[in-house]
Amino acid sequence: MNDTSDGALIRTKDLKKIYPMGLHKIEALAGVTLSFAKGEFAGLVGPSGSGKTTLLNIVGSLDAPSEGSAVVMGQAIESLSHKQAARLRNRHIGFIFQTFNLLPVYTVYENVEFALLLLGDPPAVRRRKVMAALEWVHLADRAKSKPAQLSGGQSQRVAIARAVVKEPDIILADEPTANLDAENSHGILGTMERLNRDLGTTFIFATHDPKVMQYLRRKITLVDGRVASDEAQDGGRP
Amino acid sequence: MTVLKLALKNLLGAGLRTWLNVFVLSLSFVLIIFARGLIDGMNRQAEQAMVASEVAGGHFQHPAYEPYDPLTLVDAHGPVPAPLGDLAAAGKAAPVLVIQGTIYPEGRLFTVQVKGIDPGQGVINIPTEFLGGAAAASGEIPALIGARMAKTTGLGKGDAFTLQWRDARGTFDAREAVVVEIFSTSVQTVDSGQIWIPLDLLREMTGLDGEATFVITTRGAAPPTLSPAVPPGAPAWIFRGPEYFFSDLRAMVASKTAGSTIIYAIFLLLAMLAIFDTQVLSIFHRRREIGTLMALGFTRGKVIGLFTLEGMLNSVLAALVAAAYGIPLLSWIARTGWALPSDTDSYGFALGERIFPAYGAGLVIGTTALVLLVTTVVSFLPTRRIAKLKPTDALRGRTR
Repeated sequence: MNDTSDGALIRTKDLKKIYPMGLHKIEALAGVTLSFAKGEFAGLVGPSGSGKTTLLNIVGSLDAPSEGSAVVMGQAIESLSHKQAARLRNRHIGFIFQTFNLLPVYTVYENVEFALLLLGDPPAVRRRKVMAALEWVHLADRAKSKPAQLSGGQSQRVAIARAVVKEPDIILADEPTANLDAENSHGILGTMERLNRDLGTTFIFATHDPKVMQYLRRKITLVDGRVASDEAQDGGRP
Repeated sequence: MTVLKLALKNLLGAGLRTWLNVFVLSLSFVLIIFARGLIDGMNRQAEQAMVASEVAGGHFQHPAYEPYDPLTLVDAHGPVPAPLGDLAAAGKAAPVLVIQGTIYPEGRLFTVQVKGIDPGQGVINIPTEFLGGAAAASGEIPALIGARMAKTTGLGKGDAFTLQWRDARGTFDAREAVVVEIFSTSVQTVDSGQIWIPLDLLREMTGLDGEATFVITTRGAAPPTLSPAVPPGAPAWIFRGPEYFFSDLRAMVASKTAGSTIIYAIFLLLAMLAIFDTQVLSIFHRRREIGTLMALGFTRGKVIGLFTLEGMLNSVLAALVAAAYGIPLLSWIARTGWALPSDTDSYGFALGERIFPAYGAGLVIGTTALVLLVTTVVSFLPTRRIAKLKPTDALRGRTR
């Protein structure tokens, strides 16, 4: 079973995350209840420290909640072991980071292929999928380049290819345009929107970039770890 | 496979840092193999020299004979058992009679062991042929001495000196002896404090006709069974095989090994320190990469495996590099030998002027396994930190 009973891929309930900070405690999430359905193109927006990245990390099984529950693809994040969490990330979740996080010693091709190696796909399947992903992000001609030889926009496109190549159910993008100029940002967002439309992949962004917000079809505003607003919008290319 | 490929790429991608570690580690490989090979070579060479010049196939010793106690020499002689006599007659054994004596070269006094041996023997490679022929017929006692003995006593070839001894009844006697030849040997125990004279002459001088202290058997021949020849109640002669004579040598080799082990252990430690530091720095600098790997689905165990493998691959590369320059270098040394300093005698080994190292397969495999094992352990230790690393902290470039 890959979704919750009401069809949501992700459902959080009274989600809290508390970080100890010396003698004090910081409440990064103060009871967030949300659900995301398949094919959403949603964004968590809000000022720094509002809990966007924390929520994204919990949904991505990179972190565990202090209280409440987060069910992703039918699996309760709070009860997953390290191995189960790794398997969930490997099979169902793709990540796109602000700093691209490409493996520097691998070529573009190998970076994208890496996700498939972990899934144990045979070489011929890997090759087909990797080239398809690279063509999708218009980087097939840079397959043999190393990350250091790429621009910021190209690096982020490689990161997108790496995230989508395994055809995950969910892609979590944490400030994906923060290190990009306007032109590259729009290019990247257009690519992700196309992936969402054509593959039905669920995208959840954490961002405070107005450019990203223009593309979102659902905007969830977090303030002080709480959902301040959750509204649908037209989205699409501005 | 993914982990191995990534580990290798990371290692080679680190460039100079990797090659510096690899080079230092390869030096450890070569140094360990060389040092151990040198000692093994010394051991082998010394054993070969002892076998050739002293031990041959082993000694049948008179039961009263204790090689390390000169006082036993008074009683340590007896008739050569018949089977050994037969072997000697067939040229497959050499009886040796040993007595205590005193020589007076140029008025000085030296206590010596006088050893009588058949000049025609071919069991050990001492040039006893110089004791036969014209030298034996001259009326003086022909004496063969080693180069060390010659140096100690100041005797040269052709020099005469007075030899004093006691016969079987305890009576002192003395005669002139002449050095007929000085031989060079690496085996001190047939040289220092000893003079060799014809066996028949020594038997005549002492009145110990047909007697010997020990009988050297030829190499490769199985020692004969003496029991049928031993009269009832008489003590049996004791066979001492080569291993008996090597026991002191082995003890010395063990002590030399311990000394050299300290040296290459220090070297290995330095190499390991470099790898440990590299691992610690690597984990610190690559936290974000660790986080990325975890986000992509690597478990912590797999990340630990990756970093450990990276460290361990240092030793694999080092083995290859060591092979590249070590095999030609060590082979050359094995062919040409390692020149010994002039005072090597003080080492207590029976060695020539050069040592020829011996590198066995066991040595190479053992050293490789040791370095691999130590490197793996050293590589693993810093990675335990990863087990405590949260993916979110790693992605932010933090360590806690």
